[in-house]
Amino acid sequence: MLQFIVRRVIVALLVAATVMTLAFILTRLSGDLAVSIAGPNATQEDIELVRKAYGLDRPVTTQFFDWAGRAITGDLGESYFFKTRVSSLIAERMPITITLGLTGLIIALLVSLPLGILAAVRENTAFDRVVQMVALLGQAMPSFWLGLILMITFGLQLGWLPISGTGSWQHYVMPGIVLAFSAIPALTRLTRAGMIQAMGSDYIRTARAKGLSRASILLKHALRNAAIPVVAIAAVQLGFMLGGSIVIEQVFALHGVGFLAWESIGKNDFPVVQAVVLVLAVIYVALTMLADLMNAVLDPRLR
Amino acid sequence: MSTVSITSGPRRGWKSAGTWIGAVIVGIAVICAIFAPLLSPHDPFAQDLGKRLLVPFWMEGSDPAHLLGTDQLGRDYLSRLIYGCRISMLIGVTVSIVSGIIGIALGVLGGFLGGRVDDAVLFAITTRLSIPVVLVALAVVGLLGSSMTLLVITLGLLLWDRFAVVARSTTMQVRNLDFVSAAWCAGCSQTRILVREVLPNIASHLVVVGTLEIALAILLEAALSFLGLGVPPPLPSWGLMIAEAKDYMFFSPWVIVIPGIALFVLVMGINLLGDGLRDAFGTQRTDT
Repeated sequence: MLQFIVRRVIVALLVAATVMTLAFILTRLSGDLAVSIAGPNATQEDIELVRKAYGLDRPVTTQFFDWAGRAITGDLGESYFFKTRVSSLIAERMPITITLGLTGLIIALLVSLPLGILAAVRENTAFDRVVQMVALLGQAMPSFWLGLILMITFGLQLGWLPISGTGSWQHYVMPGIVLAFSAIPALTRLTRAGMIQAMGSDYIRTARAKGLSRASILLKHALRNAAIPVVAIAAVQLGFMLGGSIVIEQVFALHGVGFLAWESIGKNDFPVVQAVVLVLAVIYVALTMLADLMNAVLDPRLR
Repeated sequence: MSTVSITSGPRRGWKSAGTWIGAVIVGIAVICAIFAPLLSPHDPFAQDLGKRLLVPFWMEGSDPAHLLGTDQLGRDYLSRLIYGCRISMLIGVTVSIVSGIIGIALGVLGGFLGGRVDDAVLFAITTRLSIPVVLVALAVVGLLGSSMTLLVITLGLLLWDRFAVVARSTTMQVRNLDFVSAAWCAGCSQTRILVREVLPNIASHLVVVGTLEIALAILLEAALSFLGLGVPPPLPSWGLMIAEAKDYMFFSPWVIVIPGIALFVLVMGINLLGDGLRDAFGTQRTDT
C-alpha cells in the first residue's frame, strides 16, 4: 500500500513539473514578451525599459528557474495589469470558481445517480432507453448556448433567477445547471454500467437467496460496489469542471478564476495566464491522485 | 480507465434508428459543407444594413428571400448557417486527423513496445489530461492571433488523449495474437508488422474514436469562437454567430436559437453515428 502511495505521489509531482514547464513555454509562444507588454504605440526605448523592468533581458532558462522556484513556494509573480500579487488575485477569485464547480458536481450527482440506478434496474426497458437518450443529448449540448437559453427563459421571460453576477446563492443555480450538464452523461453511463455489472455478480445472488429486501440489495450491496468508479470519476469531473468553467463564468459574468484568465489573455497579462493554467492543472492532478488513492482504499484489488 | 461492457439492447448498429438518424444528419452536413456556395441563396458576407434582423419564416413579417432571416448586419442567416457548417466540419475533421496522427502513433508504440516506452506514453497521457483544454487553447489563440490553421493545430495538439488511450489498449490486445506471431516468424520487420498487421486490426476502434473526436472538436471550436478567440470574424462560425447575436438575444431570441440548434443537431448526429458504428463493429465502449 505504502509503495503504491509513494509511486502515485511521485507521478503526480512529475506531471505537475511537466505542466509547469509547458505553462511557461505557453506564454513565450508569442515571441518577444516585452513588445506585447509595451503595447502597439511603444517606442524602441519603451520596449527596452519594459524588458529590463520585468527581467526579460535574462536568458530564458534563468527566467524559467526563477519563476518555477518562486511558484513552488506559492509566489506566482506580479500581474502586469492589476499590479498586485498573482497569488492573491487567484485566492480572491478561487472561491467563486470552486463554489460553481461544487454546485455543478452536486447537481450532476443528484441527477445522474438516480437516473443511472433506475436505468440499470430497468435495463432494456423504455425508461432505460430514454435515460441513454438524455445522456446522448447532454453530450451534444453546447454549454455556452444552453446558458444563454436558460438566461432568456428563466432570467428574462419568467424572471425567476438573476442573469449575471455573484450576489446570492440564486446566482449559482443556472451556471451550476449548465456546468452539471457536461458531467451528467458520463456519470449516468458509468453508474448504469456499474450497477448492471454489480447486479449480475455472485454476492447479489447470495443476498437475494438470503431473502433480503430489494431496496437493501440495491442500496447496500450493489450501489456500494458500483459507487467506486463513480466516486473516482466524480473527482476527475470536478477537475474538468474547474478547467471548463471559463466559458460559463464568461456567459454569466461570474468573476472567478476562469474569468480572470479570460480577461488576462485579452490584456497580455502573462504571469496571470501561466499561473491560472498551473493552478488548475495542479488541482486536477491532486484530485485524480486523491481519487486513485480513495479507490485503492475502497477496493483492495486495485492496489 | 475502466472498460465496461455494454449489454446488448434490442436494436443496435445499423438496425438502430439512431444510427440512421445520425448518418442522415452527418450526410446532410457533409453535403452542406462541400456544396456551400451552390446551396446558399445569398453571399454570407454581403451586408445590407437596410434589412437588419429580419425574422425567420415562421414569424410574422418575414421576408421570403431570407428564409431564416438576417443578422444584425443584414447578412442572410441561412447562407451563414450553411457556410458555418462548412467551417465546423472542416475544423472537426482536420482536428481529428491531427490529433489522430499524434494519438495513434503514441498509443500504438506504447502498446506494442511496452516497458519504458509505454511508461512514457502513459505519462504523456496523464500530463495531457491535467491540462485545461479550453484555457490553454484560448491562451494560444490569444497570444498568436486567431486563424483557422492555428486553431486546428492547437486543438489537434490538445485532443489526442482518447486516440492514444484506445490505440494503446487495443494494440495490447492484438500484439500477442497468432497472426502477429506468424508475421514475426516470417521475418517481417517491426514497422511492417505495425503498419500491415496491427493498424488494420485496430482501425475500427480508431474510426469510432475519430467520429466522437470530430464532435468534440466542433463543440470546442464553437466555444472558443464564442469567446472571441477562435475563428476570426467575419467568417460565419456557429459559435461566432451566437457571440455576435448575443446582444440582440433578449429581443429576438431566434438569432441565437438557430445557430445553437444547428450546432446541437450536428454534434448529436455525429455522436449517434459514432455510437452506431461502435455497435456495428462490435467494439466495446473504452472511454469513460
